[in-house]
Amino acid sequence: MTEQLRDTAAAGGDVRLTGISKTYGASTAVHPLDLTVPQGSFFALLGASGCGKTTTLRMIAGLEEPSSGTVLIGGQDVTALPPYRRPVNTVFQSYALFPHLDIFENVAFGLRRRGKKDVRKQVEEMLELVELGAMARRKPHQLSGGQQQRVAVARALINHPQVLLLDEPLGALDLKLRRQMQLELKRIQTEVGITFVHVTHDQEEAMTMADTIAVMNGGRIEQLGAPADLYENPATTFVANFLGQSNLIPAEVTGRSGDELQLSASGVRLALPKARCATEATRVHLGVRPEKITIAHACTEVAEGRNRVAGTVVDSSFIGVSTQYVVRAETGQELAVFEQNMDRDVRIAAGAPVVLHWNPAHSFGMDATQAIDAGTGEEAA
Amino acid sequence: MTTTTEAAPPEVVPLTAPAKRPRRKLTPYWLLLPGIAWLVVFFAVPMIYQGSTSLQTGSLEEGFKVTWHFATYWDALVEYKWHFVRSFSYAATATVLCLAIGYPLAYTIAFKASKRWRNVILILVIAPFFTSFLIRTLAWKTILSDGGPVVGALNTLHLLDISDALGLTSGHRVLATPLAVVCGLTYNFLPFMILPLYTSLERIDPRLHEAAGDLYARPFTTFRKVTFPISLPGVVAGTLLTFIPASGDYINAQLLGSPSEQMVGNGIQKQFLNVLDYPTAAALSFILMALILGMVTVYMKKAGTEDLV
Amino acid sequence: MTRLIGWVRRNLVVLAGIIALAYLVLPNLVVLAFSFNKPAGKFNYEWQQFSTDAWTDPCGVADMCGSLTLSLKIAALATLGATVLGTMVAFALARYRFSGRAATTALIFLPMAMPEVVMAASLGTLFLNMRIPFGFTTILIAHIMFCLSFVVTAVKARVMSMDPRLEQAAQDLYATPVQTFLRITLPLAAPGIAAGALLSFALSFDDFIITQFNSGPTTVTFPMFVWGASQRGIPVQVNVIGTAMFLAAVVLTVVGQTIGNRRKARA
Repeated sequence: MTEQLRDTAAAGGDVRLTGISKTYGASTAVHPLDLTVPQGSFFALLGASGCGKTTTLRMIAGLEEPSSGTVLIGGQDVTALPPYRRPVNTVFQSYALFPHLDIFENVAFGLRRRGKKDVRKQVEEMLELVELGAMARRKPHQLSGGQQQRVAVARALINHPQVLLLDEPLGALDLKLRRQMQLELKRIQTEVGITFVHVTHDQEEAMTMADTIAVMNGGRIEQLGAPADLYENPATTFVANFLGQSNLIPAEVTGRSGDELQLSASGVRLALPKARCATEATRVHLGVRPEKITIAHACTEVAEGRNRVAGTVVDSSFIGVSTQYVVRAETGQELAVFEQNMDRDVRIAAGAPVVLHWNPAHSFGMDATQAIDAGTGEEAA
Repeated sequence: MTTTTEAAPPEVVPLTAPAKRPRRKLTPYWLLLPGIAWLVVFFAVPMIYQGSTSLQTGSLEEGFKVTWHFATYWDALVEYKWHFVRSFSYAATATVLCLAIGYPLAYTIAFKASKRWRNVILILVIAPFFTSFLIRTLAWKTILSDGGPVVGALNTLHLLDISDALGLTSGHRVLATPLAVVCGLTYNFLPFMILPLYTSLERIDPRLHEAAGDLYARPFTTFRKVTFPISLPGVVAGTLLTFIPASGDYINAQLLGSPSEQMVGNGIQKQFLNVLDYPTAAALSFILMALILGMVTVYMKKAGTEDLV
Repeated sequence: MTRLIGWVRRNLVVLAGIIALAYLVLPNLVVLAFSFNKPAGKFNYEWQQFSTDAWTDPCGVADMCGSLTLSLKIAALATLGATVLGTMVAFALARYRFSGRAATTALIFLPMAMPEVVMAASLGTLFLNMRIPFGFTTILIAHIMFCLSFVVTAVKARVMSMDPRLEQAAQDLYATPVQTFLRITLPLAAPGIAAGALLSFALSFDDFIITQFNSGPTTVTFPMFVWGASQRGIPVQVNVIGTAMFLAAVVLTVVGQTIGNRRKARA
């Protein structure tokens, strides 16, 4: 089965979107965008609800007609093709299993529509692949959420699509099952080598599964890249806040020395590698991830060459593997700090004066004209 | 799929599909056409046509002509004013009774009955629909007959003395009195009250009752402040489904009442089928329709915008 | 005694419900009982003596079974017509956005918010003025007209509650629009269509007012036969038919439910 799937994958499953957009009356769901998903990759479209990610996916599936632009799959222009003539299959949000058909018939549906006579062997093999062989004659509502999800995947994969589209496929599952299914889907994708395009609002899910992530916001792609790249080097405040958590400090560029920019944040001097600054502007937001910061009692000596900011602990919460601090910094912000629980300094409690320091190489910079709280989920809409 | 997989190596691009997918903008109109045409021709047009008929004069032999004879309306109103009064007062009484009788039953089905009993009761509520309602109405003639058990019981309790005094019954009998007609109307339209009530009650999460109890509401307060307001859409639907047909009914008045209980429906029927005075029949039904539409509009506005509790 | 009062107080609602149910079912029991009566005169209102005459010879009355056949025929055809037309309208309303939607909804709603006698008189007036002879066709036209709205309501509610993603999934799995409709949409909408059809049949079969205004001298439906009989004298066979219909309805519903339950349990 997997070998057959591999063969189809070789037929070419790259997705190329050029200038594709979608407008509903006066509102624009997706601004014209270009996107290439290479053959065989696991690609995630990540964003909050209403950012246009599902609309983009549906335009690839043919369920939504683009207002402009073209969709190419494996080099073939499919823009004008209806969904039932496109070499793609979709795993729908909440699965959309046909309630009046049993599991076997759900999985066999696509094969039968294309006039395949002898489907029994294929369906049984596919059900084995997703470990549901015993459930063939059950109705969808008799299955658990995780089982339904696997049926949805089997129902799509059995058609050997060139591209598999997944629309929030794990959204309805509880956390533990979600983790398990993430690994399962990743395993299937590696095994069959089909291009997966996965829509999700869960940044951890996207980072766990995808080779490449496109972060979408307001109908546009904010940034595209490998998970680690996006995390370590976000280009916009939205990406910095949406993907993980970031501390952003407004600062002014005061000078440059070699590969580093000298910054001043409310009088505090900080350094930022030039290569990690996404803007040429003089007013920037300096960002640093909470786990990159070391927290120490105010009287501790800090090594030369590190960025250091003094502050007072506002709150600390112990969560097992780490302790999370909120520190009111001398620069005026509340900064988050995650500290591994190895050698805890008991003096660091609420109200304690502390000093925060980090390697300047872990800083990133972005244009200060953007909203500092974009993508936190708390921004003024 | 076979076509796309095998015939589409990246270089060859066989674009057999039409350049633009067919627009399906006309589909809804094709779907609507036969049904809506039917309703326009056999419902809307007759309604308008009736307006013109009501302004005609003439006779069956000579034919009718539109003469803008508005006096027909006035004459009809004068002749049938008590019919209108009876129609609306009987219908209103029957509606209130239906609500009073139907609500406990709907409540019992929704909250008190086990799943098995729920189905049994629902079948019993719906099944009478399948016995011709004329036959069932005639059965009331037996139940309420002068020598029957109901009259006997009411006599023993001296209740008929009271209802005679109130003018609800007369001569110590129930048949051929307003009471019998209202009783028949209530019976006939009770399922139309119960079903919408049940539908709206059934959707209420029983945990709301527990929550209200948890927040210090006694059972009756829970009903008044939580259950009833939520079931209001069902109450509105049920009262409309009862009041409208009841006010146009003439069967109960004919079978269970005497000539002095006749309703507007009886008037329309008589003018149309016996007297053959079509303008008067048309004027009567036009007035009835206008009055009902007016009342329903006012009622729905009140029920929709004001808190009834 | 206090205990009894306490029990009554706690179960007041249920008791009231049971009384209401008794009120609903009582006439059917009377109809059943009097189907075994042997009335003294032409009317069957007072109990005389037990007899199974009417049950052994249900068609013994002139014209009654003919009127029953006519009613069944009209009900079947009216159901067919109203279900087809109504389902189409329901799909248009549930699935498409189009101009004139508000007017369409109003046109569907009005026949249900109109006293029957008004519709009956106005349609009758139209037929009269158009010089269309009253008879089978006029009854059928009228029945389809008033059943249509009920079908639309039933089917629309069902179609609106269907997840549109199911049809999209079918399209995604290579089903053409026609295949999608036949294999997914129609089976899923079937309960709503069946409910609408059943309601149509019951309404049409039992209709009297609209029929009385739009029927001809030779087309006497069963309700019209009963009406005529109530003036001239009611044969016991009328009660037999009434009871048989009631029992058939109960049996059909119970059987339908049992099959549904078993299918659920087995699946």
